[in-house]
Amino acid sequence: MQDALFYTFAFLTLVFGFLVIANPFSRNPVTSAMFLVLTIVSMAGLFVLLHAFFLAAVQILVYAGAVMVLFLFVIMLLDLRAEERRRFKVLAVIGGVISAGAILLIFLRSLLSTPLGASDTPTLEGGTFELGKLLFTQYVLPFEIVSILLLVAIVGVVLLSKKELK
Amino acid sequence: MTVGLEHYLVVSVMLFALGLTGVIVRRSVLVIYMSLELMLNAANLALVAFSRFTNNLDGQVFVFFVITVAAAEVSVGLALIVALYRKRQAAHVEDLRTLKL
Amino acid sequence: MHPELLLWIVLFLPLGAAVLITLFTQRNRELSAAISIGAVVAGFVLSLIFRAWVGWQPEVRESAVTWLSVGSFQVDFGLRFDPLSLAMLLLVTGVASVIHIYSWGYMKEDRSLPRYFAGLSLFTFSMLGIVLASNFLQLFIFWELVGVSSYVLIGFWFERPAAADAGKKAFITNRLGDFGFLLGILLVWTHLGSLNFTVLQENFTADPQALGTLATAAGLLIFCGAMGKSAQFPLHVWLPDAMEGPTPVSALIHAATMVAAGVYMLCRVSFLINAPALEIIAWIGGITALLSAVIGIQQNDIKRILAYSTLSQLGYMVMAVGLHGPTPAMYHLTTHAFFKALLFLGAGSVILGLHHEQDIWKMGGLRKKMPVTFWTFIVGTLALAGLPPFSGFYSKDSILALAAEHNSGLLIVGVIVAALTPFYMFRLVCVAFLGEPKSDAAGHAHESPQGMLWPLRILATLSIVGGFIGIEQLYGSQFHTLPLEPSPSFLQELIAPFVHAPMAAVSGLVAALVGLAAAWALYARATEDPLPARLGALSRWMRDRFYFDELYEATVIRLHDFIATIAAWIDRWIISGVAVRGTHGTVELVGRALRLIQTGSLQTYAFLFAIGVALVLYLALK
Repeated sequence: MQDALFYTFAFLTLVFGFLVIANPFSRNPVTSAMFLVLTIVSMAGLFVLLHAFFLAAVQILVYAGAVMVLFLFVIMLLDLRAEERRRFKVLAVIGGVISAGAILLIFLRSLLSTPLGASDTPTLEGGTFELGKLLFTQYVLPFEIVSILLLVAIVGVVLLSKKELK
Repeated sequence: MTVGLEHYLVVSVMLFALGLTGVIVRRSVLVIYMSLELMLNAANLALVAFSRFTNNLDGQVFVFFVITVAAAEVSVGLALIVALYRKRQAAHVEDLRTLKL
Repeated sequence: MHPELLLWIVLFLPLGAAVLITLFTQRNRELSAAISIGAVVAGFVLSLIFRAWVGWQPEVRESAVTWLSVGSFQVDFGLRFDPLSLAMLLLVTGVASVIHIYSWGYMKEDRSLPRYFAGLSLFTFSMLGIVLASNFLQLFIFWELVGVSSYVLIGFWFERPAAADAGKKAFITNRLGDFGFLLGILLVWTHLGSLNFTVLQENFTADPQALGTLATAAGLLIFCGAMGKSAQFPLHVWLPDAMEGPTPVSALIHAATMVAAGVYMLCRVSFLINAPALEIIAWIGGITALLSAVIGIQQNDIKRILAYSTLSQLGYMVMAVGLHGPTPAMYHLTTHAFFKALLFLGAGSVILGLHHEQDIWKMGGLRKKMPVTFWTFIVGTLALAGLPPFSGFYSKDSILALAAEHNSGLLIVGVIVAALTPFYMFRLVCVAFLGEPKSDAAGHAHESPQGMLWPLRILATLSIVGGFIGIEQLYGSQFHTLPLEPSPSFLQELIAPFVHAPMAAVSGLVAALVGLAAAWALYARATEDPLPARLGALSRWMRDRFYFDELYEATVIRLHDFIATIAAWIDRWIISGVAVRGTHGTVELVGRALRLIQTGSLQTYAFLFAIGVALVLYLALK
């Protein structure tokens, strides 16, 4: 049962991911954004299958809920319509496919050739309590620094979006 | 066979490749940015899979931080794109060529 | 104070004169001439003082300054005094003094007089350097210096293309010989371990087989230097052309001193040359003597006749060396210096008197117009022809006696040349001095000033008494080849050759008389040359110098031009084209190609980035 779920979610993730980058029906960025949301949700499903409950929740809340909304706001702010049809550069597509494909093949080959050091019976539970304990004891320094990072981001964004004072 | 670590990693790698293709092929700045997010997600998946299968919670902590940083990065990046759009009225990568010598 | 110091001064005085003239007195003609003449006359006087002080000891002394010391290789700059070098020293400074004084009169009108005297002083310095050198390296350096001075002086009137070409020809032909010379020196050095003459002689007597199988080659290579400098066949082509220089230059350099340097060097190192090489050397000398005498018969330029005569006499000297006789060779060198310088200076007097006319068929009747010149010229001719009691008879006879002893083939050659020599010389005398004037210039000729006549008189005296002042004994003491006692009385001295070697003496004398008679019969009243009519084509070959120059032009010069063209092609297309411009082009091409990567497009950069990552991963995960 779990396997079937895995395969479903994995398939969905990949399909939606593909549709993000290469939508044959519409070149509207909004479409891409929507499909990205769906990809993220499928990934949250995969997280749940991996017993990382907290992260699954965070993924949906933060990523799908905040980040993608931000994306959509900006798309609408810029009032982007569909990309004008420009000359379709075959060379670029081929180049992109080749390079990405090369990396993919290399990774797959190394993955599937050596046995990975994984235990057969995973027992980890990624619950909130366990994660929190680790976060506030061992990783408290990165935690604090990340908050500073967020502060910096806020300041930067405010500065960048200010209109120039004449 | 039962789903093991390799399966998750394969999915992660394929997602990563898709994101990379998107970065190289698409010409709208926003779609490129979204492909970038796709790549980040692929990395997250790999981290969580490893964390689960090696019984080590550090992977999940790492993903936590990645999500946070990704959020901050998205906000700043989008602010940049907005500023760029205001300046040049273009959201096409081909128009942004001032790096050319 | 050491007497050697005198000789150091003698050596460097002319150099100082040359430097002074070049740097400071180029505008002042009298001063330049005075400095130059003063330097060489002072040199002569100091040499006399040295001889009086030290005497003619047959031993060797050296005075040296270490010049080059690299590891175990050491070269000194030193002066070597033995009877050979001292005799040459007196000869060179003496003859050079006389010619310097003569030059003042001859070149007075020339506007580049200071340059002339600077060149003459430089030459004197170089020649003295050769004479006094104590080792091969020093000898070679001064050898080259003499060649350079000769080039400067031959091409003195360089605005004339013929003169410039003649200077070049002399220098290059000399260089050919010097190449062989250098190889010979290197051979000797590697086998015998030193360049110093004294050390070489010691090493060689200790181990006569030191040169091994290369002994003949070494001897012949060293002879190459003499071949170039003393204009032996086949490198004889430069000497007649060198007559383009001023006549005093021809007298000093190409009669008395520089061309003698080759013979001097051979005598210096004769102990190194083995019998087979000496045989070849003797025959080359003989061939040169015969060939140039034959060519000289049909020349019409007064200086060219004398040039071929010099070639012929040099052949005699080289032949003597090859017959194991350095003493006769040096003896003849000394007497030849006297009378050949005299003849050239006399010719110069004639040329000046006729306002630079040099064709003998345009002269004539000068006996009455220029008596002093005429009589001194006669003295020189008789000495050259080898008639007793003039010095030339004794020196030539010693060579013929040597030939009679060793090699009858060369004796025959020597006797034939002894007949031809007076023939062409009296041809010259009859046509130029006797008879009636054959042109206006000859009709208006006048005698030269006293400044030019006194050198003639001095040299004439020396040509007469040269056989009696003990020159042969002096050289004999150096080379240990003759009994050292002089004859008891003057009369016996006079007829000594007939006593020692009657056949050679008689045949030489008869040959000389035959030649003289033939010349008189053909030319005493001639207004044009009767020989071409009688000899036809042979006469034309003689006049055209047997086409040696043309032969060299067709073969050696062509080959050289061919090689030069190839070298130029390689230089232009391969070194310059491929290496230099090719590198430039390649770099530029690569640069342009690499510039294409900078597209400014982010996606291209991302693409390249991905490719790079793939590559690195591939290599890392192999």
